[in-house]
Amino acid sequence: MTGKLLLSVEGVTKAYPGVVANSDVSFQISEGEVHALLGENGAGKSTLVKMIYGLVKPDSGRMVLRGQAYAPGKPGQARALGVAMVFQHFSLFEALNVAENVALGMENPPPMKALAGRIKAVSEEYGLPLDPARMVGDLSAGERQRVEIVRCLLQDPKLLIMDEPTSVLTPQEVEILFKTLRQLASEGTAILYISHKLEEIRSLCDEATILRRGKVVATCTPRERTAREMAELMVGAVLTPPARAGKAKGEVALEVTGLSVASPIPFGTSLKNVGFTVRKGEVLGIAGVAGNGQDELLLALSGELKAAPEAVRIDGVAMGGKGPNDRRRAGLVAAPEERLGHAAAPDMSLVENALLSGVVRKGLTKRGFIDWAATETFAAGIVKDFDVRTPGTHVAARALSGGNLQKFVVGRELSQTPTVIVINQPTWGVDAAAAAAIRQAILDRAAGGAAVVVISQDLDELLEIADNFAALNGGRLTPTRPVQGLTVDEIGLMMGGTHGMEVAHHGH
Amino acid sequence: MLRLEKRPSPSAFWQKASPFLAVILTMIAGGIMFAALGKNPVEAIRTIFWDPLFGEFAFYFRGQLLVKAGPLILIALGLSLGFRAGIWNIGAEGQYIMGAIIGAAVGLALYPTENRMIYPVMVIAGAFGGWAWAMIPAILKTRFNTNEILVSLLLVYVAQTILAKAATGFLRNPEGAGFPGSRNFSSYPAASNPELIAGTGMHWGVVAAFIAVIAAYVLLQRHILGFHIKLAGQAPRAARFAGVAPNRLVVLCMGISGALAGLAGLFEVTGPAGQITIDFNVGYGFTAIIVAFLGRLNPVGILFAGLLMALTYIGGEMASTNLGLPSAAIQAFQGMLLFFLLASDVLTNFRVRLSTKAVA
Repeated sequence: MTGKLLLSVEGVTKAYPGVVANSDVSFQISEGEVHALLGENGAGKSTLVKMIYGLVKPDSGRMVLRGQAYAPGKPGQARALGVAMVFQHFSLFEALNVAENVALGMENPPPMKALAGRIKAVSEEYGLPLDPARMVGDLSAGERQRVEIVRCLLQDPKLLIMDEPTSVLTPQEVEILFKTLRQLASEGTAILYISHKLEEIRSLCDEATILRRGKVVATCTPRERTAREMAELMVGAVLTPPARAGKAKGEVALEVTGLSVASPIPFGTSLKNVGFTVRKGEVLGIAGVAGNGQDELLLALSGELKAAPEAVRIDGVAMGGKGPNDRRRAGLVAAPEERLGHAAAPDMSLVENALLSGVVRKGLTKRGFIDWAATETFAAGIVKDFDVRTPGTHVAARALSGGNLQKFVVGRELSQTPTVIVINQPTWGVDAAAAAAIRQAILDRAAGGAAVVVISQDLDELLEIADNFAALNGGRLTPTRPVQGLTVDEIGLMMGGTHGMEVAHHGH
Repeated sequence: MLRLEKRPSPSAFWQKASPFLAVILTMIAGGIMFAALGKNPVEAIRTIFWDPLFGEFAFYFRGQLLVKAGPLILIALGLSLGFRAGIWNIGAEGQYIMGAIIGAAVGLALYPTENRMIYPVMVIAGAFGGWAWAMIPAILKTRFNTNEILVSLLLVYVAQTILAKAATGFLRNPEGAGFPGSRNFSSYPAASNPELIAGTGMHWGVVAAFIAVIAAYVLLQRHILGFHIKLAGQAPRAARFAGVAPNRLVVLCMGISGALAGLAGLFEVTGPAGQITIDFNVGYGFTAIIVAFLGRLNPVGILFAGLLMALTYIGGEMASTNLGLPSAAIQAFQGMLLFFLLASDVLTNFRVRLSTKAVA
């Protein structure tokens, strides 16, 4: 039920040094319409909405909002004209409560008591119950998102922009969010919904504009298209899902029992009595909403966080008390989620970054002295085998695009003939083609007899490559179950259902 | 509004050229300052940079150059390792004093025995003294997470008090008629550090500094330990991922810088200074911090920075005695050098952009 034209974007172009983020982009959104902006990472979705929200100024083209020329110089102006945005990464202070956080985002916040009342009223009206007095640090990711949404709703927006809102939600929480968004749309609010998750878009959105490399390549009505058709429009190529060879499972290579460690991260999630086993040739997928102990689990497995010696066994040997290099010697390699700064040193060259974790298993030192020639060969091999697009191996890591650096980092670990592989978010922020290549490489190593643990927030990815499935929820791991036969509902419940968040929708 | 934007990849040429540009800019700005003080700027600059090397009394000053540069280079090299790893030893001055006291004490205890092994033992004792003094902030940091900047800095003043006590008490020359100060090592051949080649200023400390330059270069370029030091400074989380134990690195870097500062103190007290006195330390430990950054924490850079800094000291003294320039002007001149170097470094890595926050 869409009304009259609200915003029209006409021929907008924005170039950054070396890349055209948006080229002659046009689309229109009407009141009460849920409009999807669809595209791979780097397709220009974020730049486009940043221009609409006043964070970035277009080089050329124009925008019209309710019949008036619209060119916000800063987000404050956009908000004043009824444009609000919920970012993918929250801007909340964990040590403040909900009402204080909301007040910080407002131009002229009312007195705290009145504000708390309004937060309660608005959040209940839209089925997103929130306690204004609770500390944000204690909230789940889904509840934090509610804080951001309620903050926008208090400004009574005409256009609500949502940037990948479901990446931090369980399937059940996604349902709650969608009900809220449908309610808003029925009241005439236009919603610009950014995502690359096609099923979501099919169930929620009225219209879709598909971007590829900064250009609009198609518009469609999502309900009338299959997910596959949209994916191919988005990627511009025919996609082939990764091939899995039927394989015989070997003996247990990684055994984790009673693993409990305190989180080294402020407001982090401590691991509580985590246990699982992975056999050779097997892929264990660990799901979970962001911030439920994924980072901590990777640190505890890689050896950056030490635990009780018996808690982690590699090939039967107790390694829980050992550091990263001892575990590498024992055959375990790990790839952390954060590429720049954790998996790789941003200002160091690819050669130096190859040395960073490859030194032990590739024998790149002799009596402590670095064999640079061998290291360079190793780095060049990764670049070649994993199709890393780079001018050379002497380029600094930060000069590579996210997808290429991810291929390098994953490639570096997979090239060390490991017996156990642990990867957190293997394809986060990576384009579809690179993601497919990385998944295939992981499956190939598993077929070659490695035990693999993939921690990911992308359920589709896990269901695609994992043999067994478990979920992290508040630092605890659910029992492991075979992927075959799992339903989305069951997965959602394993991930914590609605995390105790009330469902306050009464059937619209 | 001006703002700085990080360059995607800084020009290799300007990375090399920026120290030279800084020296030239310092000469220009310093010349203007000297002119404003009513002095002939060309003459002042010549007195500072040219005369000590090629002037009438250069035969004397050239020697002084190595004497002053030796300890600066030795200390700065040690500091640079820690600085690269983000470990801030600010108390090299104290470690320098303690190295001198412990090393000298060993020598004086053996007086007047003559044996070839005495000096090597003193060298080891000097390094030990500086190392042990640096271990205090290192262990406090690893055990109790104290701030090594504060602890190492405050220990400088403790060391100075011990120095005064040594000069007037436990190391005082028993034949010195009650004057403060220890025996002079120049009259105790087994424990002295003489000029090795007459007129060059070359003594064992300078030799040690040159060896340390080579060792530090090899460590940073070729050894996994040097790689880990760089990694810890640039990306601490990546360093932990690479298996670097942060505490071990603190102990190691503080230990190396302390030992090198202690060595510098020992070579100084047995050579150019000659004896333990109340005012034995002249700030090498602090100036070395500037030298380390001027040499951009690179061993070869530090070698040249140490020489340059020594030159401005010697030339500056000449300028103040010959031309009557106030010593504050000389210090300002040295400050300009650091300022221009840091400025050209910033502009090498960042570009200035006129912020376009236009409301269109």
